[in-house]
Amino acid sequence: MRSLSHRARFMALGATVALGAALVAACSSSNGSSSANKSPIVIGTSLSLTGDFSADGQAFKRGYELWASDVNAKGGLLGRKVKLEILNDNSSPTQVDTNYTDLITVKHVDLTFGPFSSLLTAPAAQVAHRYGYAFVEGAGGSGLVFSEKLPNVFDVALPVVNSLDPFINWMKSLPASQRPATAAYPSADDPFASPQVAKTQATLESLGIKTVYSKVFPEEVPDYLPNANLVASKKPDMVVLGSTDVPTVSSFMHAFQQQHFNPKIFIATAGPDQGGAFVSAVGAGNANGMMVPNAWFPGFQKASSMKMVNEYVQKYGGSASDVNADVAEAYSVGEVVAQAVDHNKSLSNSKIISYLHSGVTLDSVEGPVMFNALGENVKAIAFVFQWQNGQYVQVLPTNAQGSKSIVVPKPNWSG
Amino acid sequence: MANQIAQAIAAGILGGGVYALMAAGLTLIFGVLDIINVAQGIFVVLGAYLSYVLSVHLHIDLFVGLLITVPAMFIIGIVIYWLFIRPLRGAERTSMTLLACFAVALIIEGILYREFGSNYVSLKAWYTTSSVHLFGFYLPVIYLLGFGLAVVAIGLIYLMLYRTKFGRAVRATMQNQTAARLVGIDVNRVAALTFGVGTAVTAIGGMVFGAISGGFTPNSGYDLISRLLAIVILAGMGSIGGALAAAVFMTTAEAVVDIWQPTWSVAVFYLAMVIILTVRPQGIFGRAGVRAQ
Repeated sequence: MRSLSHRARFMALGATVALGAALVAACSSSNGSSSANKSPIVIGTSLSLTGDFSADGQAFKRGYELWASDVNAKGGLLGRKVKLEILNDNSSPTQVDTNYTDLITVKHVDLTFGPFSSLLTAPAAQVAHRYGYAFVEGAGGSGLVFSEKLPNVFDVALPVVNSLDPFINWMKSLPASQRPATAAYPSADDPFASPQVAKTQATLESLGIKTVYSKVFPEEVPDYLPNANLVASKKPDMVVLGSTDVPTVSSFMHAFQQQHFNPKIFIATAGPDQGGAFVSAVGAGNANGMMVPNAWFPGFQKASSMKMVNEYVQKYGGSASDVNADVAEAYSVGEVVAQAVDHNKSLSNSKIISYLHSGVTLDSVEGPVMFNALGENVKAIAFVFQWQNGQYVQVLPTNAQGSKSIVVPKPNWSG
Repeated sequence: MANQIAQAIAAGILGGGVYALMAAGLTLIFGVLDIINVAQGIFVVLGAYLSYVLSVHLHIDLFVGLLITVPAMFIIGIVIYWLFIRPLRGAERTSMTLLACFAVALIIEGILYREFGSNYVSLKAWYTTSSVHLFGFYLPVIYLLGFGLAVVAIGLIYLMLYRTKFGRAVRATMQNQTAARLVGIDVNRVAALTFGVGTAVTAIGGMVFGAISGGFTPNSGYDLISRLLAIVILAGMGSIGGALAAAVFMTTAEAVVDIWQPTWSVAVFYLAMVIILTVRPQGIFGRAGVRAQ
């Protein structure tokens, strides 16, 4: 009996110590806004600085750094400077998991920002959720990310599946006689590319546009010639290509040119939005008429966006056309988190999550941001852009401010 | 449908030539040195970047540029051998060379990232987007040239191996290094030159890869290495001609499967490879046969 009592006291003491330690830990992680604490706010992120997504990862890094630079120039957040802790995940979904675990449990960052691509955002969001961190991201807009229904995930970008909506709506608006009769839908097996192509195909088939080719090919194919030749052999009026990068769309364009096939309409889900890298790969003449959906472009007529573009050019050189949407998406992540922190006057991740789920409309360089229950930005604006005589111009929605006339049929290859 | 199959076979055969160019150096180096050169993918990319520099900055045609990039890659290969491979000795040599090659790949990738960044670049010339009408098909000129180069390069390697004194030394080294030393062959010199030749051939494969890929970055080599290894394993490691045959088989099988189900195209090739290796574990041409030729 005596030994039991001693054991009970020992356990009570142990529990008290553990509770105390937990409280101290909780206070140090979630209440870092103590006014006495003037150490920098550390924001952790994992980016694909090497690997398949390195071009996008590097652009994201610049976007985050540009935002941090701007915030610090204004005095920081809650009176504290912002410091970014960026780890390289080498475009690996496994490494991204390790990186966020490291950022949260070892480096004890105050906040986390998302990585690039849905493939990496999905596992990363799970890690952040496990530790109660808000996970605001700018490049994880596919169903792969939202299917888990994690309460901590917020994507500032346009939901992937809605990206081609302006294109679909434009097709709907055309008289039947002006719509293309046939269409091909080759797509990379990727959570970014295939959902939007599948939605487009289903809708356009209901409009009577006949599908002559619809195949999904592996994401990492070094040689696209056989697939592109098959599309060309069907001679569709329109090609909707589910691409994730410049080489995919460039390879299809080269193959079409070699097959003397020029579709009247050619839209790719990614690639033509990469500015100079795209034009360099395909040639200025061949770029003419190519279309791509996106939620932002360097000429976006919004004061904060134009300011960001100018700052980017000043800091990194080049021209406005070199600023791709990745930069704006990353910058927007910072803006959204900053507004939540400022509103809450706290770095508490749980308060950030609650605030972002409150239905509030926030502002970003990409336009308004409001999250639904899944964390999708329901106010994101969708556009379609087209290369016209060396200029990357907004063409859809046709009634949107700044939209120019769409060039159809696509000019012949001349690169 | 018959037309599509014929076109897929044509595309597969031509694409096979490009892969053979990239795999020839890998199989040559393995045949002589017993080294599985996992840096072969980055060598291909390095060759592509060298062609890019000559093309964009010095306006030298991609094929003319090979007169510079091939010797340059030969020297790079010899330097890499002397710095990283030659010092490795002992029972763990094979596994250590694997790690050394991986380290070489990471170093080259890092240098390329530093010099060229992560944006895609591509090789362009009039023949990269043009085609000729042959046998009822439009055949891409760059693929035809690439296939021709593959046949010529493999033919030259074959002549070097079987019609020159150096080739006899190489084959003797392939068969038995100790015996080769006993008959006065400088095995280290042969090994270094073979590594150089294997790397030099990759300059050609790199140029053609850069011209057909639609864009490449320093990271592009990783997508290649598994396919190149599969080709040389199927061919029989060390078989130069076998690399061409296996590459053509791989790309043709994939192109034909693409007609029905592209997502299965890669899997079908690897499935075929497993079945063939079950019957012939030494590969189609077989390592022993290669060395005894």
